[in-house]
Amino acid sequence: MSQLTISPSPHIHSKDSTTSLMRDVVIALLPAVICSFIFYGWREILVMGVSVASCVLLEWVITKYLLKKPSTIADLSAVVTGVLLGLNLPYTTPWWVVFIGAVVAIGVAKMTFGGIGQNIWNPALVGRVFLLVSFPTYMTTWKQPQGLFGLDAVSGPTPLGAIQEGLLSGASVQDLTAAYNYRDLLFANLGGSAGEVCALALLAGFVYLCIRKVIKPWITLSIFATVALTALIFWGVNPARFTGPVFNLLTGGLILGACFMATDYVTSPMSLWGGVIFGVGIGFLTMMIRYFGSYPEGVSFAILIMNSVVPLLNRWFHQKKFGRK
Amino acid sequence: MSKNTFSIGGVHPHDSKISRGCAIEQLPLAPTVYLQLSQHIGAPAKPIVAVGDKVKVGQPIAEPGGFVSAFIHSSVSGTVKSIAPRPDLAGIPQMCIEIAVEGDEWAPGIDLSDTLVTAIPEDNKAIVEKIRLAGVVGLGGATFPTHVKLSPPPGSKCEMIIINGCECEPYLTSDFRVLMEKGEQVVVGAAILSQVMGGVPCTIAIEVNKPEAIAHMEEVIGKLGYKGISVMPMKMRYPQGSEKQLIDAVMHRQVGSGALPISVGAVVQNVGTALAVYDAVQKNKPLVDNTLSVTGECFPRQANLLVRVGTPIKYIIDYLGGVPEDAVKVISGGPMMGKAIANLEASTLKGTSAILFLTAKQTLRAPESGCIRCGKCADACPMGLEPFLLQRLARANDMEALEQNAAQDCIECGCCLYSCPAHIPLLDIIRQAKGAVLGAIRARAAAAKAAAEAK
Amino acid sequence: MLKIIIWTIAVVTVLGLVLALVLFLVAKRFKVEEDPRIDEVEKAMPGANCGGCGFAGCRAFAEAAVKAPNLDNNYCPVGGNETMAKVAAILGYEVKEKAPMVAVVRCNGTCEARPRTNNYDGFASCKVKAALYSGDTGCSYGCLGCGDCVNACQFGALSMDPETGLPVVDQEKCTACGACVKACPKHIIEVRPKGPRGMREFVSCVNRDKGPVAKKACANACIGCGICAKTCTHEAIVIEGNVAYIDPAKCKLCRECEAMCPTGAIHGVNFPKPLDKEAIKERIKARQQKAKEEKKDE
Repeated sequence: MSQLTISPSPHIHSKDSTTSLMRDVVIALLPAVICSFIFYGWREILVMGVSVASCVLLEWVITKYLLKKPSTIADLSAVVTGVLLGLNLPYTTPWWVVFIGAVVAIGVAKMTFGGIGQNIWNPALVGRVFLLVSFPTYMTTWKQPQGLFGLDAVSGPTPLGAIQEGLLSGASVQDLTAAYNYRDLLFANLGGSAGEVCALALLAGFVYLCIRKVIKPWITLSIFATVALTALIFWGVNPARFTGPVFNLLTGGLILGACFMATDYVTSPMSLWGGVIFGVGIGFLTMMIRYFGSYPEGVSFAILIMNSVVPLLNRWFHQKKFGRK
Repeated sequence: MSKNTFSIGGVHPHDSKISRGCAIEQLPLAPTVYLQLSQHIGAPAKPIVAVGDKVKVGQPIAEPGGFVSAFIHSSVSGTVKSIAPRPDLAGIPQMCIEIAVEGDEWAPGIDLSDTLVTAIPEDNKAIVEKIRLAGVVGLGGATFPTHVKLSPPPGSKCEMIIINGCECEPYLTSDFRVLMEKGEQVVVGAAILSQVMGGVPCTIAIEVNKPEAIAHMEEVIGKLGYKGISVMPMKMRYPQGSEKQLIDAVMHRQVGSGALPISVGAVVQNVGTALAVYDAVQKNKPLVDNTLSVTGECFPRQANLLVRVGTPIKYIIDYLGGVPEDAVKVISGGPMMGKAIANLEASTLKGTSAILFLTAKQTLRAPESGCIRCGKCADACPMGLEPFLLQRLARANDMEALEQNAAQDCIECGCCLYSCPAHIPLLDIIRQAKGAVLGAIRARAAAAKAAAEAK
Repeated sequence: MLKIIIWTIAVVTVLGLVLALVLFLVAKRFKVEEDPRIDEVEKAMPGANCGGCGFAGCRAFAEAAVKAPNLDNNYCPVGGNETMAKVAAILGYEVKEKAPMVAVVRCNGTCEARPRTNNYDGFASCKVKAALYSGDTGCSYGCLGCGDCVNACQFGALSMDPETGLPVVDQEKCTACGACVKACPKHIIEVRPKGPRGMREFVSCVNRDKGPVAKKACANACIGCGICAKTCTHEAIVIEGNVAYIDPAKCKLCRECEAMCPTGAIHGVNFPKPLDKEAIKERIKARQQKAKEEKKDE
């Protein structure tokens, strides 16, 4: 030791880094990813592989050749976006559609705003919604899960889609929901995009993130609470027209959205009350879209809409300061 | 497990109290000591000796340069060699009195025996004067002159004395060793402080990672039988030892922005200060030495040393075997708030609490990446500030918004930078902004005062 | 169909007229009387809003200039004499020509000359660094090398030389606004007259340490020996706090000090010919000889 190093205090740092946080999110998503592989088989593996690979590749290409900045792929945020996008797509999606989704997610929603930390909307959701609007055929033709070594799949709508169509043709909700039991919903025996099917695996990941203190639970919990409450009120008023709380909590992308997409650091408010309002907004909008919208599912739209409000929420809600009123 | 802790933020860095088992040893006298004239908060002291004078240990060599200032005593006996600027541990020249050591002859009237004096003199004014004359300053880091803290402004009332034994910084063990080895003296010191403030209750706050100290102090308090002194076990959390946070933790009262602890009826003194108060009042011994830890994983010879103020840091390190090969940083104080030493030739001050060695892996910063808005800095900030926002405002030089968002409240504890996963130099930037905001506030106050006087 | 078109046109037209009337009335009601010369002066300004004049921006300068009784205290360093002539013409004031100025970096503590004693590992800002410690070398006065001046410059006139670790001023781009002077916590940068054809002589060091200390810290330091001051026949050099300073108003650019400086701390720039040390030393010797003889004769 010949030269002393000088720096302002503090002189030590916690073990947390952007990479370690993102790694935790990937670990938390693994159960759901594995479940989706088991239920949907090799085509899901293909969708997931294309999604992750193209997200990482695109981020590398854009940082290196367009922005001419040091590459940020090592922080694993592109991997998280890729996995989330993969979980948001039906396993039947052709690989080139997945790639377009990745281009929109990374290229448009993330890097255009300046890369990690700068984007206003959740990249994976922007990618998903872009595909939903542009390629509705691929995005809404759901097939019943066929399993990794299973038989040929049967084409069919998601539970939410089936109910919306059924309602349009005049059936009552009770008749329509009778086809589903809650155990199936929890253990993923229904049609849907990969991430919509295994509630338990997703919840396990959520608990892991909370224990590791990567995310705080209040956004997720307030979404669940609002969805349950809204559904309870509407269902209580007219059970023939509106679906009930448990059905709404377990179907669609709600769990994936509430646990992993709404809690994305960059696009969610930082303060406690900002987070709660954010969650309430997402829950309420989701239910409104589900009940009255033309799409059967509304979580993606609800989160994107609330993402736009985040700068305002961050401005309005601050932490309580020490010794000040 | 104790639940007593402050209400907002905080972090829990690794403990690393590796030198906790090392009993306090006396460091042999250095050949020369350099006593800096400003080693307390406030005006620098003014020398009252001349070059060539012979001085004894404990003899005052510099007098206070103002109300908030303190006496400085010779920590050795010998000859004053020079009174000249000398680079301090940051390499910045500071006025120092250089004394060449000859023998170890103490000034008359100082009781050097080990007998514990438990009877406290009755005249409170005389006690405070004794503390002032002994040059006692806060040894918890801020080095605020103790006699000033003990003379609260008229109208304010002290309701509790808190003796700060949290030692919440990793690595530091000097307060712990003092509690274990000089617990009796600390308790007598605490009793003196409590009597001076009007017989108020006194709480000795100790974090639960020092169970031996908690048990020992409880035993000592029981044995000595002073009224109103108690031990409060605290949950381990940094920055518990910070004055405002400690008052919040013990009394559940929050000191307002820019206000003094006395505004909520609290006076906080460090364990080392209580010991210095005991020495000054009961033994007539001025503040000429203090205990410091020399530690770090890469440093084989851990120690808690009783060191004379003004001893060159290099002399201490060399006594213990020199700077280890793999250390890249030497810190005066703890790893969270300590200062990196740029100049090993510099001397210790009254408030020096540790010399810490860190390796490249432990201390070098990772490159900064983009903010991911995780809010970990805001969660960690014990003052409830939003460091991510403050650093952005500071980079944009928006002074008004900085003041609105309370940049001036920052206590520079380092929790934000410690916890930032993107390794953004939050505190480096905010500290700068805080200085600028405080300057603006002071300028405004001065202008208002001048305007009022003009009327 | 036609009806819809007619109606649309009618509605839009009426709406336009009503809004125009409202705007007109509001503009009339809330009109602020302002000296029209302020706008004219502002137009004549360079528009950099750099604050080099001491005002918050070009508009603020224009307001102040219009209010002031003369232009003595108001000068735009960026626009220089040309701009000030225009401003003077608008306001009918007399203009005082000022010599064009340029920023000069008074530190030559290159990596080679200043041995490193410490490494910095914090936020790359001279201000942060200066508040923390004396710097990475033995010289506590010199350039800290984090480039606060470069960041402060709006005109892209400053850049860090990776070779020397020191800032370099591009004298074509420098407008002498003084932002770098304010940004530098070590007060190394000075705004000095550009000099005739850019020729100028300055001491490139601000180290106030005593000679041996300064010399040990940096081979290029001014050691305050005073040879330059003794040599100078124009009384342009003063030694204060162990460091020499050349007064640009008195300096005649004879380059004698530069030739005599033992550490090379005095720099001359933009001279047409390279410095011929020997010739100048000869010249000084001859002059001193002559002076001695004259003294003897008396």
